[in-house]
Order: sequence, then C-alpha cells, then structure tokens
Amino acid sequence: MGRKIKPLTLLLFVFICLALIASAIFTVYHAKSRIKRGLDIAGGLYVLLEAVETGDEEVDADAIQRAIAVIRMRVDELGVAEPVIAPQGENRIRIELPAVQDAERAREIIGRTARLSFVGPDGKEIVTGAHLTKAMVEQNVYVDPKPYVSIKFDEEGTRKFGKATGEFLKQPISIVLDGEVISSPIVNSVITNGEAIITGNFTYEEAADLALLLRSGSLPVELKTMESRLIGPTLGQRTEAISVYAAAVGLAAVFLFMLLYYRFAGFIAGIALVFYLTLVTGALMLLPTTLTLPGIAGLILSIGMAVDANVIIFERIKDELRAGRTVRTAMENGFDRAFTTILDSNVTTIIATIVLFALASGPVRGFAVTLFIGIVSSMITAIYLTRFLLRLAYRAGIVRSGAYVGVKI
Amino acid sequence: MFSFVKFRRIAYLFSALLLAAGIISLAVNGLNLGIDFAGGTVFHLSLGEDFTLAEVKEVMASFPELEGASFQEVRGEQGEAGGDHGVVIKTAFVDDQRQEEIMNAFKSRWPGLNPENSRVESVGGVVSGELTRQALLALAVATAAMILYISLRFEFKFALAAIIALLHDVLIVLSVFSILRMEINVPFVAAVLTVFGYSVNDTIVIFDRIRENIKHKRREEYPEVVDRSIRQSLVRCFNTSLTTLLVLIALLVGFHYFIGSLDLIVFVAAIMIGVFIGTYSSIFIASPLWLDFKEREFRRRKAF
Repeated sequence: MGRKIKPLTLLLFVFICLALIASAIFTVYHAKSRIKRGLDIAGGLYVLLEAVETGDEEVDADAIQRAIAVIRMRVDELGVAEPVIAPQGENRIRIELPAVQDAERAREIIGRTARLSFVGPDGKEIVTGAHLTKAMVEQNVYVDPKPYVSIKFDEEGTRKFGKATGEFLKQPISIVLDGEVISSPIVNSVITNGEAIITGNFTYEEAADLALLLRSGSLPVELKTMESRLIGPTLGQRTEAISVYAAAVGLAAVFLFMLLYYRFAGFIAGIALVFYLTLVTGALMLLPTTLTLPGIAGLILSIGMAVDANVIIFERIKDELRAGRTVRTAMENGFDRAFTTILDSNVTTIIATIVLFALASGPVRGFAVTLFIGIVSSMITAIYLTRFLLRLAYRAGIVRSGAYVGVKI
Repeated sequence: MFSFVKFRRIAYLFSALLLAAGIISLAVNGLNLGIDFAGGTVFHLSLGEDFTLAEVKEVMASFPELEGASFQEVRGEQGEAGGDHGVVIKTAFVDDQRQEEIMNAFKSRWPGLNPENSRVESVGGVVSGELTRQALLALAVATAAMILYISLRFEFKFALAAIIALLHDVLIVLSVFSILRMEINVPFVAAVLTVFGYSVNDTIVIFDRIRENIKHKRREEYPEVVDRSIRQSLVRCFNTSLTTLLVLIALLVGFHYFIGSLDLIVFVAAIMIGVFIGTYSSIFIASPLWLDFKEREFRRRKAF
C-alpha cells in the first residue's frame, strides 16, 4: 500500500508520545510529596473511642462535641500535625494522628478523663479542675529534685479553695485524679491567692502530662477505647517503597509483553498505560482521598487490568483485518465494536466500587476510591488516547498494513 | 476442534468437587479471622537483634492474657540497622494499659526494640462485629446491583449465570484461605472485591460476544455460538490474565523478599488465585450455564 510517510505528522506523533512520557515522569516525581497517605502507610495513631454511660453525664451530641474540643486541645498541646478528631455515629470519636512523635504517650493522654478534685478530710469535694486557669510543670532542683505541677484557680476556685484551707488548717486535703488519690498534703496555712502545687511520685514526663491534662480540662464523659492502631512510620513506608518498585517492574513487564504481542499497537498501548499512571496519580493528588496499602495494591493491579481494554480493541481489529477489511476500516470498526464490551464490563466493576465506597469505612473505602479512579482513567486512556494516537500514526503513514497490530496480511 | 460446551459436564463436576472440598474445609477448619473481624490485639515488634522464639515465649509467660496467643517470626531480607527481624503476636483483646506493660516488658528484654518499625493494633469485639456486618452487607448489595445492571443490559439469565460463576469464584478463594489457614482481614475483603470485579469483567466480555453472535440464530445453533464466542474471547482472556499476573508476581516477589509481611503476601495471593479462578469460571462455568438456562427455557416453551 503505497502510502507515503508524512514527516510533519510523524514529528507531531513523536512529539506527543514524548510529551506524554514527560508528563508521567513529572507527575510521578511530584506525587511523592503531594499524595495524602493513610495511617497504614504513614504510620501514626488511630483510636476509636466510645462514650460510656456512667450516670454522671448524659451521652449526647453535645457531650461528644465538648469531649472533641477537649481532645483537640490536648492534641494541639502535643503538637501533632494534621490531626483528625471527628465524631463517628452517635457516641463515638475517631482520632487519627499521622506522624505523631510518641504514639503511646499520645494515646494515654487522649483518652484520660482527667477529672481533678480537691477533697477535704470529711470526704466532701472542695473544688474541681474545672476552676483552674493555669497548670505548669515546675522543678526546683535545689530544694527537691522531684517535679511538681503548679496550679492557679480562677476567682470562684480561689474563693472555695481559700475557704477550705481555712477550715481544714493542719489537716490533709486530698488531690484526686480520676478517683485515684495523687497526694494528701497537710494544709500549713490559709491560701487566699489561689495558687497551689500538686506533688507526687512523678517523673518529669508524668508531671508534664498531668499539667497538660489539667490545662486542657477534663472530658465531660468517660471514653472507652474500642479500637486502636499504633503503627510505626517505617513499617508502612517500606511497604510503599517496595510497592513503587513493584509497580515499575510490573509496568515494564506489561509494556514489554504488549510490545511483543501487539507490535506497534502494543507500543501505543504502552504509552497510553504510562499516561494512565499520570492520570491516576494526578487524580490522587487533587482529590481529597487518602492512599492506603490496599489502595496501592489495587492501583498496581489496575496496571495489569488497564491494558485489558486495549487487548479487547486490538483483538477486534485483528478479527476485522482477517475478515479482509482495509487497515483504516479495521481500525475504526475495532474501536467501535469493542466500545460496548469495554463499557459493560467496566460498569459492573464501577458499581462494585460505588457500593463499597458507600458502605465501607477506613482502608477499604480508600481502596474503592483508588479502584474507581483506576477504572475510569483506564477507560479514557485505553479507548480515546490509544485511538487518537493510532489515527495520528495512520495519518503519518507509519501504519500501513496489518503488521502494526501483529497480523500478517 | 475443542468444544467448551461439550466439555461442560466435566467442568461442572470439577467445580462441584472443588466446592465440596472447600465447603468441607470451611465447615471443619472454619476461617482464620484476623482481628478486624474477630477482635483482638496484634503486636508486631521489631526486636532489633536476633532472638529465638523461646526467648519471646519467656517474656510472654509473665502475662496471663498472652497465654494461648499465637506468635511467629517475621523476617524481611532488606535489613537496615538491625532491620526487620521481629515477632508477631496475636492474642485476644488487650486493653491500652496492659498493651503498654507488655510493650515495656519487651523493651526491657530487647532494648533495641524499634517502635518506628513496629505496630500494635487492637480491635474490640463491638467494632469487629460491625465490620463483619458491614463487609457482608457491602458484598450483598454489590452483588444485587451487578445482577440488576447485567439484567438491564443483557437479560436476567446472563445475570444469573454471571453471579453463579462469581459466587463460585468467591467461595473457592474463601476455601483456599480456609484450607491454608490464612488470615482474613480488611485487605482481604478488598482482594475479594477485586476478584469480584475481575471475574465479572471476564464473564461480561464473553457474554458480549454471545449477545452479538446470537442474533438471527436458531436454537439448534446456540451451542455452536457459545463455543465460537468463547474461542473469540480466548486470546483476550489469556492476555489480560497474563498482564495482571505479571504485575502480581512483581508485587509478590517484592513483598516476600523485602518485607516478609504475611498480610500483604496473603493479599496478593488471594488476588492471584482469584484471577485464575475468575478466568476459568468465565470460560467453563458462566457461558455454559447460560446455555443450560436457555435450553431449559426452550424445552419449557415447547411443553406448552
């Protein structure tokens, strides 16, 4: 078929292929820092707390909101970046702390009720931690190396505390935290300035944590841990690194296979596959989703499945060529006939991902989003991009016989 | 030429045997549910130096709640700074405070314990129960939605055949997990759902050919049409399975040699088995089943 090569069109074709590859490299390069990772990859702390009915306080939306406010203050004091503290259902609070420094300590601080009270020798409560305006850890190494927490009451607290110290002079006042007596110092003088110190057998860190808890206030309801996941940061990161490597190897293997089996058309499918990766990583960067380990696996799996549409199309084109159609007609018919097949087979999977997204939670939900993005992107690249590139190659004159898709006619 | 349609009795028998073996295993062994679905606590501790399981057992002995806990060694090949030599302990639910005490006991025995490379995950009974219900509900709704779509685009008989083939695949994957006592966690559900998608995908591609080839055909020609449709789809089924497997092998090798994390290997293995079974069932189960349904319909019509 004596069609001539058109140098300008050919140049355009080569340029577009190179641009697609370049865009893929650019996107993947930038993706590393821009894609939000789930806790299973980034590491950190995940806790699901449930409010317990104790009779003191009703568990309702308001109590949960106040508890969240307290927890948020505590988390802020810990200095954790990008924390998620959100209500879940009616009586639960979900906390996600990525990149938390000391996850064990964070977990302990978050869930503590931290109800502080001063109790007189008669067993009656004098004043509670709700009336504090200040709580700080201090240490006077010259007098006593033990750290302590110095506190200051608000106006009402100062009045109550002053009255009690007058009443119980030379008697012990117990300092009780969550039902446990920390210490019971003897009142030596009447305290009217509202300042006091809490001593105990603290390490410096324990005293600092206590001060932190007192500053942020007590939880209005008691919270019970329903689920907790404490994941070291390197564990997931290594998995991610290996997955990226596997993706690269897998991509190369699929590219090679397509090239060997479908020749020039396979090469085009490979280019489309590379651009598919660009689309998916781009979508993951722009959409508010988190990438989880099952999500990564789903993504890598989708590399293998993304060429499926191309395989279907190329097989159709081969059928058409064998049936004696011209190169041009076979190409167009192949795409047209394959379209409904690809649509129907993918829509069923899309339905599954939508159901999953609606009903599941956590990592599976992330997986559903990733798979959805993967399927839609693969349909776009495998159908439209491949078609565009093949038509261009045909116009450039480099596709002349069935050999371009591996048919000897 | 090989006839898939004539071969179908043998395929049905083969599948029935597989399923029977699977159901027996499910009944006898049950499923090895991980903490996501059964509740419990998992410690994955990177101990930072060489150890023996006997030493681990010694430390565990001082905690009554760890009695009867399962534990195993994990070892990744790519060790940086003492690397990934660690132990995974699975036990019933342990509360926060005891978790910390257990961690501290390990820390004092192995000061090199690296929290950066360790994890402690704990799921209470209430949450695991909810997760299980959620997963089952998701599977049921997804199945119903797919039946509906296939019925709309093709016909109900296609949908029925596709879903039977699909349940066949899922049951076989579950059986494999039951026989090998592999753990089932949330990633597993994701794997099963991928298999769902893959299996239906394959089936639809063949059905699509049947739908196309069946036009203006008489009922006597139906078996031949089914055979031809399968043959026309064969290269595609094979190639897509192959490309998918290529990627999965890369993943499996990576996870096995560099991480040694069982969870992930299991996840990939589940998808691999699913890909094999999904391709097999699309060719040997789904399409012949549709033919059987169709022939029954013809017979019934004739009877009236």
